[in-house]
Amino acid sequence: MNERVYRSKREKVSFLINLSELMVIAVLIFLLLVSFIISLSAGGKWLSLAELSSVAAGLANAEMNLVVFELRLPRIIVAMLAGASLSVAGSILQGIIRNPLASPDIIGISGGGSLAAIAYITLLSGKASIHFLPIAAFCGAGLISLLIYMLAWKKGISPVRLILIGIGISAITGALTMLMITLSPNASASQAYIWMTGSIYGSSWVNVLSLLPWSLVFIPLAFMYSRHLRLQELGDDVAAALGSSVQQQRAVLLVISVALAGSSVAVAGAVGFVGLIGPHLARKLTGASNGSLMVSSALTGSLIVLLADTLARTVFLPKDIPVGVFTAAVGAPFFIYLLFRNRNN
Amino acid sequence: MIPFLNRSITRWAGLLFCSILLIVSFGLNLKLGTTQITWEAVWDAVFHYDSTVIEQMIVRTTRLPRAVIALLVGAALAVAGALMQGLTRNPLASPSIFGINAGAVFFIVLALHFLQINSMSALIWIAFLGAAVAAMTVFSLGSLGRDGMTPVKIVLAGAAATALFSSFTQGMLVLNESGLQDVLFWMAGSIAGRELQHLQIVLPYLLVAFFVAQFLARPLTILNSGDDIAKGLGQKTVLIKGVTAAVIVALAGSAVSVAGSIGFVGLVMPHIARFLSGVDYRWVIPYSAFLGAILLLLADIAVRYIVMPGEVPIGIMTALIGAPFFVYIARKGLRSREEGP
Repeated sequence: MNERVYRSKREKVSFLINLSELMVIAVLIFLLLVSFIISLSAGGKWLSLAELSSVAAGLANAEMNLVVFELRLPRIIVAMLAGASLSVAGSILQGIIRNPLASPDIIGISGGGSLAAIAYITLLSGKASIHFLPIAAFCGAGLISLLIYMLAWKKGISPVRLILIGIGISAITGALTMLMITLSPNASASQAYIWMTGSIYGSSWVNVLSLLPWSLVFIPLAFMYSRHLRLQELGDDVAAALGSSVQQQRAVLLVISVALAGSSVAVAGAVGFVGLIGPHLARKLTGASNGSLMVSSALTGSLIVLLADTLARTVFLPKDIPVGVFTAAVGAPFFIYLLFRNRNN
Repeated sequence: MIPFLNRSITRWAGLLFCSILLIVSFGLNLKLGTTQITWEAVWDAVFHYDSTVIEQMIVRTTRLPRAVIALLVGAALAVAGALMQGLTRNPLASPSIFGINAGAVFFIVLALHFLQINSMSALIWIAFLGAAVAAMTVFSLGSLGRDGMTPVKIVLAGAAATALFSSFTQGMLVLNESGLQDVLFWMAGSIAGRELQHLQIVLPYLLVAFFVAQFLARPLTILNSGDDIAKGLGQKTVLIKGVTAAVIVALAGSAVSVAGSIGFVGLVMPHIARFLSGVDYRWVIPYSAFLGAILLLLADIAVRYIVMPGEVPIGIMTALIGAPFFVYIARKGLRSREEGP
């Protein structure tokens, strides 16, 4: 058999290594690398491979260094991190809720993050460091998920009710966010609006640094907890019978998901549908064994946002379209397709 | 469920009460705001207009148009919602949930920015087209599958369609930055700074639609007991459904082309109307019209007070009122058959 099991001491961490899935992951990493290079070279000023390598070697002129290191690289990294976070958050949610249509933006978690982040920007502008923005977004996302969970609770959670209530709550947070934007004194309404759509225009190393710790902590955590997710997918009774402390694990998983969604919303705005498509694509590629699902979701999410953003900033040069427009253009039809496929259940 | 007003006479009385409430809200809408205006001035402005008096001029030029627009748009959206809920037998149906508002906005922005169509009379048809396309898409998507149309599927399809349309709209606006602020305000639903000319163009459509809606009331009530029963009673169900759909598109499209995307009026008001008057659409439709108009007139007053002297788009107000109601309906539970597994 081409499967190995890795177990750490006392089995805190254990996962299945499937060689064919490993191959898929390797291919994904390769694709990501290629897109990374394409994205670095694409833009208002196209850079050839030779030019890129000279930049990498530190031999290029100041202008090229500026373009690559200050403009493109941080943006690309933010795209990849945000995509990975959203996608992993989505795959966790789909597991917990046991519904293929779940994702942070549809459930309303992203909306809560947006609202908190906008409130943080407009109400505390200048008074507090931008580094704490992810924390604000995380708190907002967390509170809203708690609210949605509580409202959807009626002798247990029905996935359908959860989604409906999520949509309702999204409408409220959306309205409040719009309210904040129109109230904002410096009339940066259009900027804030673009941000709400999800845009990583003008990302700098500051953004990278404020997002990176969250991704570095929570994506590996998601990977470690993925085997509990597998149990959750079987249903509460089965999971409990197999010795999983269902509610506790669910809470941990939910916190991970909220943290990932919240932090990426804080930096990249509410990029829609990534948390929906990423996991589905990943599941098609690697199957539902959760360890590799987390890794491949992270990779597909990165790929989606990276490609979407590369398109968004090159197709309509010199205009820069919010990346969320492209992800929604792909994601909304995909959502409709999922609806169609699940039409009988 | 026994309606709150269950006799013909009390229903007429209720309607009378609603119309008094409507007149009061209309008056308050003219009176209140950054500049307080006396009742006398309001009265004079409406009936003995003297353009040299500043107070009267404010009423006549800025407040009266938006009050009239609020009234008609509110009524149009609420009636559209009532018709949709009747047609689809779905408590969550309404123009904004179905993505009709987003569709109409998308088509209008497309026409404004890329086809350079600026005449209002052409835009109204484009709004109709957008509303129709969105409605058809969501309706057909929501009806897929063995169990036919369920509220959940409709809501999800509507959410997807809304996301699709609004992200395209945003993309276009970013491509065409000039005037983003204006369009943004309008997209969030706003009746400020609208002129009566806008209304004049849609008015004929609206009036015809209201008129036809009242005629549809009887067949819709019958249709509500099921297609088979309606057919058995000799109703031309396809015809009725088609006409109803056309009326919905006309109402919602006109409302959007005048006031942008104002959500949740069409969701909430028919429910309250049904609570008051029962399931007979001959009553539900006029009640919805009155209640929708009252809601929008009052919401339009509220938006002036939140950030004096600025203003909030009215669509935000209605969403803040309506979305909790949506959550309430979702929580209260749709009938189990509708909810699905």
